[in-house]
Amino acid sequence: MHFQLAWRNIWRNPKRTVVIMTAIIIGVWSMIFLGALMRGISDGMVRNGIATLTGHIQVHHKGYRNDPVVENSMIDPEVVKTAMERVLPAGAQWASRVRVNAVANNARHTAGVTFVGIDPAREARISFIGKAVTEGRYLRDDDKYGIVAGKALVDKFETKLGRKIIMMSQDTDREIASRAFRIVGIFEAEMQSTEKQFIFVTKTAAQHMLKLENGISEISIILPDQEGVKQVADNLRAAVPSADYEVQTWRELLPLITAYLAIYDGFMYIWFIVVFIAMGFGIVNTTLMAVFERIREFGLFKALGMKPRWIIKEVLAESFFILLIGTAIGNVLSFLSVFALSGNGIDLSALASGLEFAGMSRIIYPAIYSHDVIVANLVVFILGLLVSVYPAVKAARFTPVEALTHT
Amino acid sequence: MNIVECADVKKTYQQGKIVVTALGGVSLSIEKGGFVALAGPSGSGKTTMLNIIGGLDSADSGRVTVNGSTLGKMNQSELASLRLHNIGFVFQAYNLIPVLSALENVEFVMLLQGVPPAERRERAKNILDDVGLEDTYNRRPAEMSGGQQQRVAVARAIVSDPAIVLADEPTANLDSKTGQGLLEMMKEMNEKKKVTFIFSTHDKMVMDYARRLVLIRDGLVAGDEIR
Ligand SMILES: Nc1ncnc2c1ncn2[C@@H]1O[C@H](COP(=O)(O)OP(=O)(O)O)[C@@H](O)[C@H]1O
Ligand SMILES: [Mg+2]
Repeated sequence: MHFQLAWRNIWRNPKRTVVIMTAIIIGVWSMIFLGALMRGISDGMVRNGIATLTGHIQVHHKGYRNDPVVENSMIDPEVVKTAMERVLPAGAQWASRVRVNAVANNARHTAGVTFVGIDPAREARISFIGKAVTEGRYLRDDDKYGIVAGKALVDKFETKLGRKIIMMSQDTDREIASRAFRIVGIFEAEMQSTEKQFIFVTKTAAQHMLKLENGISEISIILPDQEGVKQVADNLRAAVPSADYEVQTWRELLPLITAYLAIYDGFMYIWFIVVFIAMGFGIVNTTLMAVFERIREFGLFKALGMKPRWIIKEVLAESFFILLIGTAIGNVLSFLSVFALSGNGIDLSALASGLEFAGMSRIIYPAIYSHDVIVANLVVFILGLLVSVYPAVKAARFTPVEALTHT
Repeated sequence: MNIVECADVKKTYQQGKIVVTALGGVSLSIEKGGFVALAGPSGSGKTTMLNIIGGLDSADSGRVTVNGSTLGKMNQSELASLRLHNIGFVFQAYNLIPVLSALENVEFVMLLQGVPPAERRERAKNILDDVGLEDTYNRRPAEMSGGQQQRVAVARAIVSDPAIVLADEPTANLDSKTGQGLLEMMKEMNEKKKVTFIFSTHDKMVMDYARRLVLIRDGLVAGDEIR
C-alpha cells in the first residue's frame, strides 16, 4: 500500500509530474545520446589512427622511432617473425613495411612524403590502404615501378593516373637513391593529410631502390581483440632481443589520441554532473512544492502514529517512481536515437577541413558504452534520491499541531 | 478504572507579544468506556485539551496519563507509537487521505501497525459495515459526502480497539441531521464495542448525546455532570 500511496500521489498533479519527468527524460537522453556521440567521435579517432598504418602493435629496430632513417632498419627480421609465430594469438594479422622519409617530385612540384613499401596482400588485411583505392588499382606483388598516391597529392601535383612521379631518398650507402614510378592507383582517405603524406610502392621495389635487401622498417600487427593488446605486446617484447628491437602499442604510438581519450572521459563525467545539477534543482523544487501542498496530510499521518522515518520513505517513494519512469523513457529514447543513426552515422563532410584539424572522422557513428549508460543512470537515480531527502525531511519535521491547523 | 488522568494541566501560547493562556490548570479523570463531551465556547481550550491528551501537543506543566502511560516522560517516537496503538483521532474535517479509498483509509492504520493484509481487509470491511458504509468501500474521499467521510474517520479511529477515541468537533461541518446520525453511530459503537469516546463541541444538541458533560470555560473546568 505504501507504493500504491506514492504512485497515486504523484498523479494528483499530473501536469507537474509530467513536467518533471520530461526534464528527467531530456536529461537522461542528453547524457546517454550526447555521450554516445562523444564516444563515437573518439572511437572514430582511434579507428582512424589504427588504420592509418599504426595497427595495434608495432615492432621497430631500436632507434627507428627517434630517427626513422634507413640505417635504423631491421636487417634480419626473421627473429621477430619467429617470435610472432609463438606469441600472437590465432587470428592476428601482421605485415612488414619499408618506411622512410622521401621527396616526391614531378616536372612542376616537389613534396616531402612518407614513402612506404608494402606487401600488398598482407597490408590489405591490416590497414586502410587495401580498400582506399578509388581510381586505378591497388598494388600487385609484381609492380616494380607502380605507385599508389593519395588524391590530394595527385591534385596538388596536377598529375593523374599513368603519369610519373620521381621518388628520392637516402639509401643504405648514404647516397641519394632516386627512381621513377608510374601512378597505377589513387587512394582516398578519411583525412586529406593522409592523402598528402603517404605514397605506396611494393616492398620489393622499395628495398631495391634503397639497397635494403631483406631489411624492413617496421612490422605492424592487428589483433582480433583490442582488449588483449597490452598483454600481447608485453609477451612479444619479452620474446625479441631487447637490445635490437622495440615493441609498442597504439597507445604509445598515438600519444595525442591517448591523451584525447583521457580528456573525453573526464569531460563526459563533467557533462553528466552539469546535466544533473540542472535536473536536480527541478527535482528538489517539484518535490518541495508537492510536500508543502500537503502539510495537512503529513499532520494527519503523524496524528495517526506514523513515524518520521515512514514519512521520509513515503516522499522518497514518490521521487523514486518519477525517477524510475523518467530514466526508463530517457534510456529507451536515447537507444532509439543511437539506433536510428547507427546505419549512416552523422555525416560531417561539409565541415571536413575543420574536423580534420581535430583529428576527427568525417562520419560519426554514435557508440553506446554500457559503462557510460550505467554511470548516467546511477548519477540520475542516486543523486535524484539524495536531493529528494531534503523535502522528505521537511515533510517529516512538521509538528502535528502546526500541520493540522495549517489551511 | 480511569483511562485518562489529567492533573493541573497548564498550557500557554505565545501570540506575537501576548501570552495566551489556553489551559489554566485542568484536572480531569475519564473512566474507561465513557462517552464524554468537552463542551464550551470557541476559544475555551477544548482543542488544546484533546491535543494534549492525544500527545499531539505537550502541556507546560501538570501531569497527563493515558492508559497507564505518563505522556510527559515520552519522546516523539514513543508518543507516535502510543497514538498508533492506543488513540484514535477524528478531526473536524480533512480526516482522510485523499488518494486512498474508504477501505484503504481504514486499512492504513492497521498497515502501520503491521497487521497482515488479509486480516486488515477483513477487519476494515467489518467496521465499515458497522458504521453503515457497506456500499462505499471503494470510494475516494472526494466521492463521499461529509457525513460519510466522518463515518469513515470514526471507523478508522475504532478499528484497532484503541483505549480512547478523541473527536474534536466531529459534527461541526455537518448539517444537524447528519450530525445526529454520526453521534448515534458513535454512541452505538461506544456501547457495543466499549470504546471510550471523548469529543468536543459547542453545540447544545450534541451535548445531549453525552453521558458525561465536562464544561470548559477560559481554560478551566467550569462544570462536570453525569447524565
Ligand atoms: N497554536 C496556537 N498558537 C497560539 N494560540 C493558540 C494556538 N492554539 C490555540 N491557541 C489559543 O488558545 C486558546 C484556546 O484555543 P483552542 O484550544 O483552540 O480552543 P477551542 O478548541 O475551544 O476553540 C485560544 O485563545 C486560541 O487562540
Ligand atoms: Mg477547537
